[in-house]
Amino acid sequence: MTMIDTNISRRSVLAGLSGMTFCLALGTDGARLVSDAEANTLANAHITPWVRIAPDGTITIYTAGAEMGQGSMTSLPLIVSEEMDADWSKVVLEWAPADEKVYGYKNPFADNRLMWIVGSRAVQLYYPDLRMAGAQVRKVLLMNAAQKWGVDAGSLKTEPSVVINPANGTRLSYGEIATFGTIPATLPAVDPKELKARKDFRLIGKPMPRRDVPAKVNGTAQYAIDVKLPGMVYASTLHSPVHSAGPGIWDPGKQEQHAEPEKWNDAEVKALKGVIDVVKLSNGLAVVADHFETTKAGRDALKVTWKKAKADGYNSDRALDDYVRIHADPNAQTQTLEAKGDVKAAFAGAAKTYHAEFRSDYGYHAQMEPLNAVVRISEDGRSAEVWEGSQAPDESRKAVAKALGLANEQVTFNQCYLGGGFGRRSLGDYAAECATIAKAVNRPVKLIWTREEDIAQGMFRPQSFQCLEAATDASGKVTGWKHCVVGDGEFLLITGIKIPYYGVPNQHIERRGVSHGVKLKHWRAVGHVFNTFAIESLVDQMAVDQGIDPIAFRIERMGLVPKGRKVFEKVAEMSDWNAKRPDGRALGISITERSGSLGAGVVEISLDRASGKIRVHKVWVAVDGGVIVQPESARHNVESAIIYGLSSILHERVSIKDGAVEQSNFHDY
Amino acid sequence: MVSFTLNSKRVTVEADPSTPLLWVVRDHVGLTGTKYGCGAGLCGACTVHLDGVAVRACQTQASSVEGRTVVTIEGLAENASHPLQKAWIAEQVPQCGYCQSGQIMKAAELLKSNPRPSRAQIVEHMDGNICRCGTYNRIIAAIQRASREA
Repeated sequence: MTMIDTNISRRSVLAGLSGMTFCLALGTDGARLVSDAEANTLANAHITPWVRIAPDGTITIYTAGAEMGQGSMTSLPLIVSEEMDADWSKVVLEWAPADEKVYGYKNPFADNRLMWIVGSRAVQLYYPDLRMAGAQVRKVLLMNAAQKWGVDAGSLKTEPSVVINPANGTRLSYGEIATFGTIPATLPAVDPKELKARKDFRLIGKPMPRRDVPAKVNGTAQYAIDVKLPGMVYASTLHSPVHSAGPGIWDPGKQEQHAEPEKWNDAEVKALKGVIDVVKLSNGLAVVADHFETTKAGRDALKVTWKKAKADGYNSDRALDDYVRIHADPNAQTQTLEAKGDVKAAFAGAAKTYHAEFRSDYGYHAQMEPLNAVVRISEDGRSAEVWEGSQAPDESRKAVAKALGLANEQVTFNQCYLGGGFGRRSLGDYAAECATIAKAVNRPVKLIWTREEDIAQGMFRPQSFQCLEAATDASGKVTGWKHCVVGDGEFLLITGIKIPYYGVPNQHIERRGVSHGVKLKHWRAVGHVFNTFAIESLVDQMAVDQGIDPIAFRIERMGLVPKGRKVFEKVAEMSDWNAKRPDGRALGISITERSGSLGAGVVEISLDRASGKIRVHKVWVAVDGGVIVQPESARHNVESAIIYGLSSILHERVSIKDGAVEQSNFHDY
Repeated sequence: MVSFTLNSKRVTVEADPSTPLLWVVRDHVGLTGTKYGCGAGLCGACTVHLDGVAVRACQTQASSVEGRTVVTIEGLAENASHPLQKAWIAEQVPQCGYCQSGQIMKAAELLKSNPRPSRAQIVEHMDGNICRCGTYNRIIAAIQRASREA
């Protein structure tokens, strides 16, 4: 594992280099590789090194894959390496700077670029650009070798980190080429047809060890919480226990949403040992002290009267009852998500109809590393550095710049490993908070939220009420489908609610929204958790009612698409679906879709009828995820999702009473 | 002021006697492999050895380690050569990795007293060390591998 140092400016990299540097620059056609020569003429901040080859053959590749255990830190440079035919053992990784215009992928939902490692899409969205980048580097290497040998570049081939002339067997390593090579002012174009065929992949799809693993077994992996700077002090915050969020994802930039501290025991806390200052924030207080233990003691000693918050008096159990009423209210505001065919007619002419209702809880990320960040502001106040484990370095840089009144370019973001992300770490909110505190005390600050703060200020998976109805015809086929989800969180509520893998001809799917003031956020795909549970539970109820095997029911009566049929067939084979199980055990099955991947799962459980306790004995999952860059990582991710999902459904719950989260740490969550 | 042996070295730290060992090790000494997860003895991310016994560093006061021997992940074995560390890599256990120092220290305690634990004994011993990435099955596999290969 190479320790990653992002404190390198492009200038210093170029000045200190002998060897070839390929740069990624923003052109009219989006991000592309440019040569040094061209890069030097583009004297602006949108140019930074992407791939460089040293004369000793070391290939340094920037990775934009924020690493929270999912493996994309390794997967992304592996894609570059594949197309440039690099010897992977000679590749070292560095974190890509937080500049989305250069290092971002094309946002599939808008005309911009993003570095957000979210939605299980990092590899998928970076894949095309990174393949092209690798292929261009390879082409330049081939051109240089061809020139040296006086032959046609098209007659040459490559093996890992070597260009070969098949006519006479001569070879030039990439490192050797770096000693004499030049980079054309305009890099060669690569036709997509020139990219490697899947059968020729040496790295993609092969079991490759993750680069971050060795540092994670000897204590050297650096998380933001481990960063220590000269003169650094510690901070910990106490926010209003009652949230004051607007609808949708919490937006830390909306000041009017904040519940301010009104009065607090300022002098008492400031007199505590080690305490340096108490900083008032727009939505809380930060105690700054010489060590974390003194900071925490100060934070725990705070007695605060808070101004009015939006969620004052909110009770999550009562809200679920309200959701039922909202669902029954014909005048409730409704967002239609899917309208196919004639649902009314399908239900009017149904041979039989089915109806099911479900409630789901708030979910807390509970990532192992409590939220934290480190910020240092330069003496002249004109630049700042931030250290954070972020799923969205570009967002974090923006948030810090905004908090300090700086331009984005004046903030250097230093990526760290993430001690769990699960969707929580993509706003930069706590990094911005740390910057505000650092500015107030005029010293480098490490902000650590206590676990208690982390849960009290959680941004949760929204709770929901769902009502589903289905209509079947005389043959038992499902002809009509209605699904209504009620809750807070706008689009967070609706992911996974559509059923593109089923061919039900008449569908009406809708959302009915409320806004409680509770902070909400993505939570490992978020809506899929409760929507899939509801959808697949109703499908199972119908299969049982009709006395048909649940897989057969989905194929024959739900119009399952062929790709869906395949994942069911695979998981049936893996789980030996038709085999008899031990007494007291039963199987469950379901399907879900996320970011283009389709997965089917089988669980074997037993139920203690006296206590209602479910025990999960075995789980099988089959996933059709398209091209898999790192099969081992993909397997890990699925294993992780299984455990996370089971834990959530069997053990976890956030409840809110009188506006405040009732749970406080791992023992009661 | 507290003096104790940390990873075979004598250390003296200017910390209040009530300071949790976790912060003594992380901030005062600067060994950051031991992690803060809950601060309440609930998650196991801060597990270290105190005179050979796995303890939660966040629940261990500095004053109670005076003159005693503390081993953290950094001192478990030279060059990360402990059979568990090798097995952890072979089984590619860590995902986010944040809990893994604590997991390995807890597992090392088990293998010292029981070099050939059964699966049930492993599960029982490791119960209480939380991994939110859900690497539990691989942790079990790695402990079994280390037990075989040690």
